[in-house]
Amino acid sequence: MKGKVISKPLEARKASPLIVSLSAVFLGIAAGCLFILCIGKNPFAGFERILFGALSNTRRVGNTLGMSTQLILIGLSVAFAFKTGLFNIGASGQMLMGGITGSMLAYYLPMDMPRVIYLAIVIVASMAAGAVWGFISGFLKAKFNVHEVVSTIMLNWTAYWIVYDFIPRFIVDPTISVKSKPIETAHTLRADWITDLTGFSTMNYGFFLAIIMCIVIWFVLEKTTLGFNLKAVGANKFCAEYAGIKVNRSIMVSMAIAGALASLAGLTYYCGYSNIMEMGKMPNEGFDGIAVALLGNCSPIGIFFSAIFFGILKMGRGSLAATGIPTEIADTIIATIIYFTATNVILANFWNGLFKSRFERNEARCRAAMDAHGDKRSLEALSHDEFNAYAKEGKALMKEGK
Amino acid sequence: MGFWSVITSIIPSAIAYTIPILMGALGGLYSERSGVTNLCIEGLMLFGVFSAAATIVKLQAIPGFSFVLAIIIGIIVAMAASLLLSLLHAFAAINLKANQVISGTAINMLSTAVTLFLAQTITGSGNITIVRGIVRQNIPLLSKIPVIGPLFFTSTYWTTWVCLLIWGLSWFLLYKTSFGLRLRACGEHPSAVASAGVNVHKMRYIGVMASGLLSGIGGACILVTYAGEYNAGSGINGLGFLAIAALIFGQWKPLGILGSTFFFGLCMTIANMGKVFPVFQSIPTGYLGMFPYLATLIALIFSSRKSAAPLASGEPF
Repeated sequence: MKGKVISKPLEARKASPLIVSLSAVFLGIAAGCLFILCIGKNPFAGFERILFGALSNTRRVGNTLGMSTQLILIGLSVAFAFKTGLFNIGASGQMLMGGITGSMLAYYLPMDMPRVIYLAIVIVASMAAGAVWGFISGFLKAKFNVHEVVSTIMLNWTAYWIVYDFIPRFIVDPTISVKSKPIETAHTLRADWITDLTGFSTMNYGFFLAIIMCIVIWFVLEKTTLGFNLKAVGANKFCAEYAGIKVNRSIMVSMAIAGALASLAGLTYYCGYSNIMEMGKMPNEGFDGIAVALLGNCSPIGIFFSAIFFGILKMGRGSLAATGIPTEIADTIIATIIYFTATNVILANFWNGLFKSRFERNEARCRAAMDAHGDKRSLEALSHDEFNAYAKEGKALMKEGK
Repeated sequence: MGFWSVITSIIPSAIAYTIPILMGALGGLYSERSGVTNLCIEGLMLFGVFSAAATIVKLQAIPGFSFVLAIIIGIIVAMAASLLLSLLHAFAAINLKANQVISGTAINMLSTAVTLFLAQTITGSGNITIVRGIVRQNIPLLSKIPVIGPLFFTSTYWTTWVCLLIWGLSWFLLYKTSFGLRLRACGEHPSAVASAGVNVHKMRYIGVMASGLLSGIGGACILVTYAGEYNAGSGINGLGFLAIAALIFGQWKPLGILGSTFFFGLCMTIANMGKVFPVFQSIPTGYLGMFPYLATLIALIFSSRKSAAPLASGEPF
């Protein structure tokens, strides 16, 4: 068992992905404040209402987690494709495919079926539907060089019209003709014990599915050959091909898995979080998932926490009405955060510069203290503790000097 | 309804649908030819729709203010607004060397959210409907020509002709001037152009800003011709992405995109007006609706293989 390496070389810290993400969040919220100020409202009251709306009692916490469920799964979907160098912005369409499959099964499968078997069938079927939907984009990319961003958008709208066609054809609610018939609770992902525990919130089994998927995706990406191959294709396609990895196959597999994850999100959304589907409605969550993945630096654990953060924003905004701030402020903040994560170079540079100047200041202090002590060693020979001690002493010395 | 009358009612609508896509695709052409991948045409066009709608509604509410002047000012405001938004993308893509696909997506989301946010503050609902758009007019003399007259010169919008003029000027600018050569070279071999003393960053800024301007016009055209309202719910239905697809289908060439956008315009007409024609009445709305998007996918399958994309598009310099 090797111990932790203590003798790291003395150098300035580098900006970690966490600090970059947090700065993006900070800037996003700052931009949100600016917008709220522009329309002459109080931003602090606004954010207080958001937190109140998202977290003030068990029911609201449950709702927030229910909303986060979709975001976790879509974040995973986008991140998984990202690792293979693909940009999946078709999560909305894949969600719709998963949702319509789940809703139709809920309508047509017999009610007296054992619940475990029913859930297994629904989950597998809707994941398969999304996998097919994602696979189409992957196939077009691999075989015909069709850019996946354009093809997934086209498939989004195709799915939108498929749902538009299927709802009145198969599962229409006779009283409201633009919606599907509400699914019986026994055929959704909701569980009595969760509902009781969280005061009739929208939280459901999906949340646990999402956590399981976080672990599974982490395992696939970090511990399996498949994950390694996919990441190699994402890092450098030509290098991967040279190493004997089947690039085209990897692209198709990656998109299929991404599609399956997004459609699982659709299942939890339409047959858990809600129990109806509406005609002519494109779920916004597909795009929020991109923000989740980017903010979480495409790692499952990061995605989990960033999804909870966005869940708070999206659920909490419902309480904004009292303050007169339009609820779209949440979407504005999310979009700003993505913009800043896309331009993370500027944030990383900012922090690196800050760390470097602090380190150089400490170095100067350290030298001053070493001179005072008559220590003739070079800076490289010092240990971290000595360096810090000298730097502290040097700071005091320099203060006296002034 | 005879075959001929179906054609004469489809073609003018198809042209109306084509023009916004053409402007978006032309904007994308400028941007990608200068070496910046631009996936935010959708967002820029939506921003154009919104700012034109907000301006025109305010102006048309003033008693005695000329409707035509209001529309012209609306279009100019839309151009300026989309130009400003495109600067965000240019800054991220050119100065910060950000991932251009992500930056473009961020702009799209930002545009959706900000326009809805502002629409809520202005009107209190997600929609802004203008009182009156452009009135369709027959071109004197030309509309009397048999065959061509009823197809191309009857019940046209004046914006159509302005946009076609812009298209023609763009072709001239890109292919017949040294500026155009430099801009295109920036998208192929930026280092070579830089060594010849051209400021690549400046050229790319011009490319992205041109895409902002043109998408703004495109968005304004959607509003003042067939849509008549800014609708937050449906946005512009992926028209900006159709424009990008048209750009690929048209192989990044002005004449190519004119053809491909007309094809998509035709598809959109069939999707939106299908129910009017007895030929399509038996087809369910859902299938008609997905037709343009499926047609786009199929078109892309045939055109993406041997892609003529600018070599350095998407590569930071």
